[in-house]
Amino acid sequence: MSDITRSDVAHLARLARLAVTDDELDVFSGQLDAILDTVDRVSEIPDDVPPTSHVAPLTNVLRPDEPAPSLTREAALAGAPEAEEGRFRVPRILGESQ
Amino acid sequence: MSELTRLSAEEIARRVQAREVSSVEVTRAHLDRIEAVDGGLNAFLHVDRDTALAAAEAVDAEIASGTVRGPLAGVPVAVKDNIATKDLPTSCASRILEGWRPPYDATVVRRLRDGGLVPLGKTNLDEFAMGGSNENSAFGAVRNPWDPSRVPGGSSGGSAAATAAGEAPLALGSDTGGSIRQPGAFTGIVGVKPTYGTVSRYGLVAFSSSLDQIGTFGRSVLDAALLHEVIGGHDPADQTSIDAPLPPVVEATMAGARGDLAGVRVGVVRELSGEGNQPGVLTAFTDAVRVLTDLGADVVEVDCPSFTYAVPAYYLIAPSEASSNLARFDAMRYGLRVGDDGSHSTDEVMSLTREAGFGPEVKRRIMIGTHALSAGSYDALYGRAQKARTLIVRDFAAAFEHCDVLVSPTVPTTAFPLGERVDDPVAMYLADLCTIPTNLAGNAALSVPCGVSSDDGLPVGLQVMAPALADDRAYRVAAAYELARDTSSGTPFAATIPEPAVLETSS
Repeated sequence: MSDITRSDVAHLARLARLAVTDDELDVFSGQLDAILDTVDRVSEIPDDVPPTSHVAPLTNVLRPDEPAPSLTREAALAGAPEAEEGRFRVPRILGESQ
Repeated sequence: MSELTRLSAEEIARRVQAREVSSVEVTRAHLDRIEAVDGGLNAFLHVDRDTALAAAEAVDAEIASGTVRGPLAGVPVAVKDNIATKDLPTSCASRILEGWRPPYDATVVRRLRDGGLVPLGKTNLDEFAMGGSNENSAFGAVRNPWDPSRVPGGSSGGSAAATAAGEAPLALGSDTGGSIRQPGAFTGIVGVKPTYGTVSRYGLVAFSSSLDQIGTFGRSVLDAALLHEVIGGHDPADQTSIDAPLPPVVEATMAGARGDLAGVRVGVVRELSGEGNQPGVLTAFTDAVRVLTDLGADVVEVDCPSFTYAVPAYYLIAPSEASSNLARFDAMRYGLRVGDDGSHSTDEVMSLTREAGFGPEVKRRIMIGTHALSAGSYDALYGRAQKARTLIVRDFAAAFEHCDVLVSPTVPTTAFPLGERVDDPVAMYLADLCTIPTNLAGNAALSVPCGVSSDDGLPVGLQVMAPALADDRAYRVAAAYELARDTSSGTPFAATIPEPAVLETSS
C-alpha cells in the first residue's frame, strides 16, 4: 500500500517543476495514491527476473561523424517564447534569495 | 455526404491516377465534409484548405504529365497532431505547444508528401497522447461518429473519428499502449500498430520512447496496409529504427483476401478473452473466432499469465519515460512562457509555465514518473516494472512458438459515455488492458472491426497480434476475416458506419 500525502505531492511537484495549486494537492494526492495502489502489483515479481528496458534489437547506433546542415539560427529561434540578438532570451537565473 | 468521401483510399487512388476524378476534387470533397460535420465531432485541430488544395493541384499536374509518385498518389490523409508538420501547427493538444510550428517535417510526413498524398490537417488527441478517451485534449473532447454522447477512444481519437466519419479516407496515429487500436475498435475502423522500430519516429513528439510507435488508420485492411508501406522502413534519423525490409503487408493482405487460412495457427489469449469483457464484446469476439475456424485456421487457447502485470508495468514505465521526455518543455526554446515579468527567476518561470501549460493527466503522469524514478522508489517501482516487462516478452515468445498469431478483443468494452471515467484515472487505464502487452513486447498488432455489440449496437474490435517483424501475418488474418465478415453480412462494414446527422446541426 502506498500512502501519498499532500506534502508528498508538493515534493514531487517541486522536483517536476509544476507550481501546483492548493486544490490540486488534495485531488492529486488521492489520485496518485489510487494509481500507485494499482501499479504496486509489480512488487510480486521475483527478484531473479532480469529487467527489460527496451525491445529494439539494437545497440549503440552511430552515424559517420560527417558534418551535415543543421537548422538555421532563424529557424531554431522561430518558436522561442522570447529571442534577442539571435539568441534565446531567458529570465534571470537566480531567484530573489540567491 | 459526397460519394467521394465514402470511397476507399485504394479506389480514390485508382480513379485519380486514371484521371477519372482529380485529386483537387477529392480533396475538396473531404474539406467540405470536414466543414459540414467537424463542428460536432471536433476531430480536427488545424485544417488549412489552401495548402491542401495546392498540394492536390500539384499532384494532379504531375499525374497529367505522366508521373505517379506512388500507389496512394492523390489521396488525402489526416495526421495526428503530435507528428511534426512544417506547414501546419503541431500542438499535441496541449496549451504548452499551442500554435507551435515545427521547423521540420516528421519522416512519416515527408514520406506522405513524397508519395503524393495530400495532408488535410492535424487531428485532435489526448494531450501528448496520454489517455484513452480523447477527453484529455486541451482543445475539447472528440465525439464518436456512432454516438455523439460517447468517446471515440484515445489517444488518437481525432484520427479515428475523422476516418470513420468520412472526413479523411486515411489517417496517421501513434500507439504507446493502444492509442491506435483502441480508438479504431471504438469507431469501427482498422487501426494498426506496426512492429516497434519499423516506422520512423523522427518528428513524433516523444511520450514514452521505449513504447511509442506511429501507425495507420483506414476503413479497410488494405487501405491501412497501403499507407503502412508508404510510411514504413528504415530511417537513419531515428536511432531506434530497424534496418530491415518492411514486412510485405500489402502482399499479405492480398493473400488473406483469397479467403483461405488453412494451416494458420491462431491462439486465443485466455487472460484477455474471458468474463472481464462486456457480454456483447465477448459474443462478437467469439463469433469472429468461429469465422477464423471456418476459414481453415487451427484455433487453440493459450495462456499468457504475466499479461496481468501489463497494466501495472505500463503505468510505471510510460509515466517514468514521460517525466523525462516532457522535461524539454521548459519555457525557454519553444511553446508557452508564463510569469516572465522580471520578478520571477528561470526556475520559477518553468514551474509556472508547466503548471499553466499541462493538463491534469499529464501532470499526474509526470508526478508518477518522478516518484517511480526517485532514489527511494526506483527498485520497488520502475525496476520491478522492467522485470514485469521481461515476463510479458517471455509469454509472447512461448505463445508464438506454437501460434502464428494471437487474438483477443481489442478493448473489453465498447465506447463509453463522455465524462464517465474522467475523474477515475484507474478505470480509464483499464481500457488499455488488451493492447498494452504488445507495446511492452514491441510486437505488431492491429484491430479489425468484428461487428457490433448486441448490448448497445456499438462497434467491437478483433485484435490480431503477431511477432516482431511479422506484421504481415496479422494483415493476412485480418484481411481474410474482413472478407468473410462482409460476405456473410452482405454489406461492407464500413458502409454501416452511421451518418453523424445530429452533428451536422451543431457547429
